Amino acid sequence: MRKFVVALAAVAALAACASRPPAETTPPTNNTTPPVEQPRGPVAGSAEDFRVSVGDRVFFGYDRFDLTPEARSVLERQAAWLQRYQNVRVLVAGNADERGTREYNLALGARRAAAAKDYLVSLGVAANRLETVSYGKERPLDARSNEEAWSVNRNAHTQIVSGAVS
Amino acid sequence: MIRNFLTACAVIIATALAAPAHAQVRVSVTEGHLNPMPIAVVDFLGPNTPAQQVGRDVAGVIRANLERSALFRPIASSAFIERIQALEVPPRFADWKIIDAQGLVVGQVTPLSDGRIRIDFRLYDVFAEQQLTGFSYTTTPDNWRRIAHKISDRIYEQLTGERGYFDTRIVFVSESGPRTNRVKRLMIMDQDGANPFFLTGSDAMVLTPRFSPSTQMITYMSFETGAPRVFLYNLETNRREVLGDFPGMTFSPRFSPNGQGIVFTLDMNGNSEIFTMDLRSRSRQRLTNSAAIDTSPSYSPDGSQIVFTSDRGGSPQLYVMNSDGSGQRRVSFGQGRYSTPVWSPRGDLIAFTREGGGRFAIGVMRPDGSGERILTESYLDEAPTWSPNGRVIMFFREGRGTGARLWSVDLTGRNLRQIPTQTDASDPAWSPLLP
Repeated sequence: MRKFVVALAAVAALAACASRPPAETTPPTNNTTPPVEQPRGPVAGSAEDFRVSVGDRVFFGYDRFDLTPEARSVLERQAAWLQRYQNVRVLVAGNADERGTREYNLALGARRAAAAKDYLVSLGVAANRLETVSYGKERPLDARSNEEAWSVNRNAHTQIVSGAVS
Repeated sequence: MIRNFLTACAVIIATALAAPAHAQVRVSVTEGHLNPMPIAVVDFLGPNTPAQQVGRDVAGVIRANLERSALFRPIASSAFIERIQALEVPPRFADWKIIDAQGLVVGQVTPLSDGRIRIDFRLYDVFAEQQLTGFSYTTTPDNWRRIAHKISDRIYEQLTGERGYFDTRIVFVSESGPRTNRVKRLMIMDQDGANPFFLTGSDAMVLTPRFSPSTQMITYMSFETGAPRVFLYNLETNRREVLGDFPGMTFSPRFSPNGQGIVFTLDMNGNSEIFTMDLRSRSRQRLTNSAAIDTSPSYSPDGSQIVFTSDRGGSPQLYVMNSDGSGQRRVSFGQGRYSTPVWSPRGDLIAFTREGGGRFAIGVMRPDGSGERILTESYLDEAPTWSPNGRVIMFFREGRGTGARLWSVDLTGRNLRQIPTQTDASDPAWSPLLP
């Protein structure tokens, strides 16, 4: 029985690994649930709270990895939230639009993830709570091939790995 | 213009007719597509029905290979006058001259007592009325396609004076599923699209596979362990392993020309640099040191130099350095953003992807950056790979919102063709000639 539980835990752990990256979230613009439909809002400290109330993505200009004022303010909210929920660990994933070659975009995505991570660390979030990865142009949020889609696909996505309130 | 073209053709034909009868028939790899050589490939003979079926299949693969090269024009069997009855009897050359065949390929399939088959072929110069070459191969019956490719290479080599490229394989990324959650798996197939099979499962996204010089190993990038990592895949044992233990993500791997090292990109906290790793000693060496993106390294065939992509000048451009990292210099100065450089197996050219004006092109330039030439262009053409003789470039093409497919184009910029794949496909890598 005990072995079985251990095995189950192992399977669960594997499943957790396999599920990284988690299913793509939709862009924040069309994802903000109107408060009237959900008066209480997401549970404080939950992954949904982070995503909806704080914002889990920051966006970049074409072939850029510098943080815009909007990106900084989102990251400042992320840092404050992460300071409040100290058990949370996150993965910052850098993404690029399709206008570049795969290998270059992997490098560009890594720069974006690092830019977001570095700012979070500068705001006091412990570096060992943050990991980074780049998906290059391989994980677009918006499947279309136009300016609107590209602007959404150039992002750094802060994903909660563990420690959130469920 | 059309008139000039016709005149040019007429001159070529007149020259061909004026050539002395004993001159060997030849096709030029750079001009042959203007006037593909008519060639008759007769279904190979066989003593019984199964052998005759193999004979028809072998001839069919040879015709398809030659036709795809655009240097040859296989003549329809229905036009043949002589019915070849035996390999030992010389053909009636007059019958082949009438239908304008310049080359004639005949062969036979012989079942052996041990269950194997022997495949013999002969190539004739019809106008000189002489045999140019002939070979005999013994193999297992299920291996007939490879023999057909080897014979195609012999014919190509005899008639062009260049090495062939038909007995080769392509490793690539098979793609399926929605664009926002694409499944990308390693797949390998023959150069003509036959015998495809998966090397990896659907659980981990893979990119950028490349062959070792021995054709027995593949290096590629996978998200199998979470972050991008360079992997090695042994085609003999079907075993795969992570290359080294690095603090950041590793990607864009390629073998060194002697097969004993990998050159790749290591990204640490957003700074990507080019490293090499010796596969036996596992020693590693850092070759670049800049705050910019340095990636996509590719060795020159003699191993003395490496071409790579860097945005140290403000936008992605091609740079060349000595293989110890010294002497780094920019070589691309045209309009646009340059990436994915690949050194030609002949050493005289570098193929690349160029991006500009919302379009992506595949082109070539000399290693010093001169002589830039664009071969093909579309919404997205990316990731060139060379045929082992340096005459054909394969790449992937993606449309606006449509899946990627493999295409090939001759170094002349002509003969653009889609490679048949069962799924969407990207990141092709052409193997060297198989041993």
